Amino acid sequence: MKKYIDSGKKDTRSGFGAGLVLAGRENPDVVALAADLKGSLKMDAFAEEFPERFIECGIAEANMVGVAAGLALTGKVPFCGSFAEFVTGRVYDQVRQEVSYGGTNVKLASSHAGITLGEDGATHQTMEDLALMRALPGMTVLVPCDYNQTVQATLAAARMVGPVYLRFGRPSVPNFTDPDEPFVIGKVYNLNPGTDVTLVATGHLVWEALQAAEALEAEGISAEVLNVATVKPLDAAAILESVGKTGAVVVAEEHNAFGGLSEAIASVVAGGKPAPIEFINGGDKFGQSGTPAELMAAYGLDAAHIAAAAKKAISRK
Amino acid sequence: MKKNIQELTDIASQVRRDIVRMVTAAKSGHPGGSLSSTDILTALYFNEMEQDAATWTRDAKGQDAFILSAGHLAPVYYSVLARAGYFDPAKMGTLRKFGSDLQGHPSVGHIKGIFQPSGSLGQGLSAAAGIALGKKLSGDGHRAFVLCGDGESEEGQIWEAAMFALHHKLDNLVAMTDWNGMQIDGPIETVSGIEELNEKWLAFGWDVIVADGHDFESILNAFQLARKANGKPKMILFKTEMGHGVDFMAGSHKWHGKAPSEEQCAQAMTQLKETLGDY
Repeated sequence: MKKYIDSGKKDTRSGFGAGLVLAGRENPDVVALAADLKGSLKMDAFAEEFPERFIECGIAEANMVGVAAGLALTGKVPFCGSFAEFVTGRVYDQVRQEVSYGGTNVKLASSHAGITLGEDGATHQTMEDLALMRALPGMTVLVPCDYNQTVQATLAAARMVGPVYLRFGRPSVPNFTDPDEPFVIGKVYNLNPGTDVTLVATGHLVWEALQAAEALEAEGISAEVLNVATVKPLDAAAILESVGKTGAVVVAEEHNAFGGLSEAIASVVAGGKPAPIEFINGGDKFGQSGTPAELMAAYGLDAAHIAAAAKKAISRK
Repeated sequence: MKKNIQELTDIASQVRRDIVRMVTAAKSGHPGGSLSSTDILTALYFNEMEQDAATWTRDAKGQDAFILSAGHLAPVYYSVLARAGYFDPAKMGTLRKFGSDLQGHPSVGHIKGIFQPSGSLGQGLSAAAGIALGKKLSGDGHRAFVLCGDGESEEGQIWEAAMFALHHKLDNLVAMTDWNGMQIDGPIETVSGIEELNEKWLAFGWDVIVADGHDFESILNAFQLARKANGKPKMILFKTEMGHGVDFMAGSHKWHGKAPSEEQCAQAMTQLKETLGDY
């Protein structure tokens, strides 16, 4: 299989920070809003380069979302940043009315998503955000897989007109995609063609899926790896094309079992090419304190679990 | 063309007729607050605000913007927009019907004049603050107006927005409260006290103006006072009466969200002069 090289672990939130600066240089209407988490969201460089275009909202996320909608109406392209839980669950009704139903050009920049936020524990570890955002009509949901792709996804979000939920995270994760490859919204990236099983992953679990594919290859199993960096709108045709070839599926995401990529792919597969499908996700649980590595293992989200799930899916063919 | 007080009085009478007829035909809706805020919105659209139906765009470039935060006041909003030329008044007969451009609460993309959807309370002040800030960033000297209900100030987001607007010196933001003292479950002081509302806004550092929301002279004077470019956002607290203009509705929270019967509508029509022609 194609060898992917980790050029050095980096946090995807820093990819957002870098992408935001590039977007700001490209379009003078790009503005950034923070709710007292400028540093955590890596917005410092943007705020330094464009001080008049950085808007501190204080610890008041509901107001921040509404202000962003108003700014968008006047032609600005606002990136509204906070932890994933605080730009989704905490402000769901504001996002629903002011951004989604209003169709305003607001970009929700969502950091510290999932359990790998780590030590802060369950209050801060949303595993439900993809379900909430997918459920909103007209919302584009992007989950880039590494630092390089997050830079590009941020630029793509700034360039498209319409509401975007852009999800990234806190931990340093392998950085392996081509830094110059533009992010195409709606594209499923086929990272490794295979014939026996399709590994569908999003976010940094794409790297885990690639590691699983390598391990499976050593056992003579050919795994196709799809990076679903756009969770909505989902390219169902690309999924079905792969499943039609392999006849078995594993879905891997750092989210709970409900309403995220797992159910999105299950829906596509059931409706198009019914096939055995296994899920790697956080189940029906909250997170807890721990290091990212400890939590990835405890919740069964790592490469070893993906490889085991692949064999199970194949055995059910 | 700015309307004078006699003209405003005539328009408001027709708007009140529209409200009662619309809600009666829809058999649901919110007449009480619509009637209490009729004079405020009439003065805003026909005298104060620089906004033009013919050239209206949702980005409000070169114009003032208005957001109805208390979205359940849709009947008065629709009537004022129709009478100001934003859409054909004949549409008013379709309020709340399936397929209508006039949704139960304001929506975007159906008729001209509406910047943001509303209905879920407490959110419009934030959006208006965003518009005001966007205008400042873009060097557009126009303003953002927003109308809230008084019961709506029980929502915490209102006070988030209050602090934000002061911090960012949004003196081009003019908020208005329809201070009728009633909410759906009863008089506000029996449900969840908000008084002293004027002192709360003063404590948040805003310029606060208290006016009689049923006296056009007082309303126009308040708008005049709200033009100060002094770094402070403006709150005009308009003292009003729920159901104003229809004797059996006046002053009662029971008409917050209830439609009159055909007989009650006919009775109301005898109290409200037809000035511009019914739709």
